Amino acid sequence: MKVLVAVKRVIDYNVKIRVKPDNSDVDLTNVKMAMNPFCEIAVEEAVRLKEKGVATEIVAVTIGPKAAQEQLRTALALGADRAIHVETDERVESLGAAKALAKVVEAEQPGLVILGKQAIDTDNNQTGQMLAALTGLPQGTFASEVVIENDKAQVTREIDGGLQTIELTLPAIVTTDLRLNEPRYAKLPDIMKAKKKPMDVKSPSDLGVEVASKVKLLKVEPPAERQGGIKVGSVDELVDKLKNEAKVIS
Amino acid sequence: MSILVLAEHHDGALAGATAHVVAAAQAIGGDIDVLVAGENVAAVAEAAAKLDGVAKVRLADHAAYAHLLAEPTAALIAELAGDYSHVLAAASTTGKNVLPRVAALKDVSQISEIIAVESPDTFKRPIYAGNAIATVQSEDALKVITVRPTGFDAVGEGGSASVEAVEFVADNAQSTFIKEELAQSDRPELGAAKVVISGGRGMGNGENFKLLEGIADKLGAAIGASRAAVDAGFVPNDMQVGQTGKIVAPELYIAVGISGAIQHLAGMKDSKVIVAINKDEEAPIFQVADYGLVADLFEALPELEQKL
Repeated sequence: MKVLVAVKRVIDYNVKIRVKPDNSDVDLTNVKMAMNPFCEIAVEEAVRLKEKGVATEIVAVTIGPKAAQEQLRTALALGADRAIHVETDERVESLGAAKALAKVVEAEQPGLVILGKQAIDTDNNQTGQMLAALTGLPQGTFASEVVIENDKAQVTREIDGGLQTIELTLPAIVTTDLRLNEPRYAKLPDIMKAKKKPMDVKSPSDLGVEVASKVKLLKVEPPAERQGGIKVGSVDELVDKLKNEAKVIS
Repeated sequence: MSILVLAEHHDGALAGATAHVVAAAQAIGGDIDVLVAGENVAAVAEAAAKLDGVAKVRLADHAAYAHLLAEPTAALIAELAGDYSHVLAAASTTGKNVLPRVAALKDVSQISEIIAVESPDTFKRPIYAGNAIATVQSEDALKVITVRPTGFDAVGEGGSASVEAVEFVADNAQSTFIKEELAQSDRPELGAAKVVISGGRGMGNGENFKLLEGIADKLGAAIGASRAAVDAGFVPNDMQVGQTGKIVAPELYIAVGISGAIQHLAGMKDSKVIVAINKDEEAPIFQVADYGLVADLFEALPELEQKL
């Protein structure tokens, strides 16, 4: 079975972001970028499926500027066999990304597509579900366990209040939650080998899709600052402040 | 304008989040219908009909909608969406699962986790783990939106909307419900609690979370956890507060043994009053805490429980 994994280049999760002074967007110049953490989990799951003999080939795909090829190389170093880069400098949102991915799914015919549950930049949590809708495939979102057996995928999902297990007919779309696995690090020899693995570069027009965002970003602002607080010296003082100053307990 | 709100429900009862989403719908303005989909959910429909501001409840009571699996539920909403200018759901795991599928079926974008309504087509939403607030405008004829419940005050009860059955039955050949394992708790639901007390890696182990229970009982609080505490296996993951867990905004949030990583702050920094108890006085949590106590939690917690 072929597994398709979608990855996204995002700001490194440790970076403290800054909003541009003109409030047009977040400032990404000279900021460390990396693979979205949920996408790392998606790649890891695909590699584990290959190690178990379930997956036969892993294809990594991304949509974005030329620099996003770095993240595809990372996926290749982690165990993906080849990569597809849909190159665009447009601001792409979930629907555009899902449309491009749907064309890749149509061409590649994977048995399983794995995505992260959300990207840590836009925090949208949409692309996997939209891809499932556009391809007419079932979806297993927020997966913390995936078992492939007899042309079915049993997916355990993290839901509010606990866990839910569903069974999907393959092909299917799965999005990863944090506890699905612990991603491995790429080893130096694998990073070297990854440079020779095939990477197919396409434009959105090659795929016949329009990826530019239809949602206008009018303004980006820093969140309201919290008032600086005080340190209390004892539990007594804390209880007193909560009762008499903040009045949040009685 | 007319707005369809997907009702959230658990165990045959309407979930509190729905009243917050109806409030967001009121901020947009227009006739508000609530869709109750599920199996044996007549009681949920009755409860939804009582919410202030609801014009009509549309009830899709059928086995196909049991557990609100994404495929049939999205097909149902897409079928009804033609009558509406906006489709809203809570940014819960149900809303997040179903609504993007609806949006793509209707070939429109989705606006996720709005915290404010500027106008019927313009909304505010947090991005980058809540470290920036984006104002976005949708040009789509149909606006598909998930609502962060803590961003809107719940509407009250007092309405008397009519309940109308929906005949459409979606096909559900691709996905099957197998089982659900829900964490048992007598405490208030984390997302709706007025007081939340959370433990982090500093708790040391799962057993020590018992130290929070007495305090939680006295304050009527829900117990939460940081991702570090969940990853360390101290507590189950549905207790996690943060960008990748639950977003809470209680009156009082007490963070115990939590350093205050960006990921965690994204889930709780809109709380009215934040208290931090941590032995490391340099911990970032003190930068957002209204009241900070630098102390060993193993001494401070029993003392706090006794003095409440």
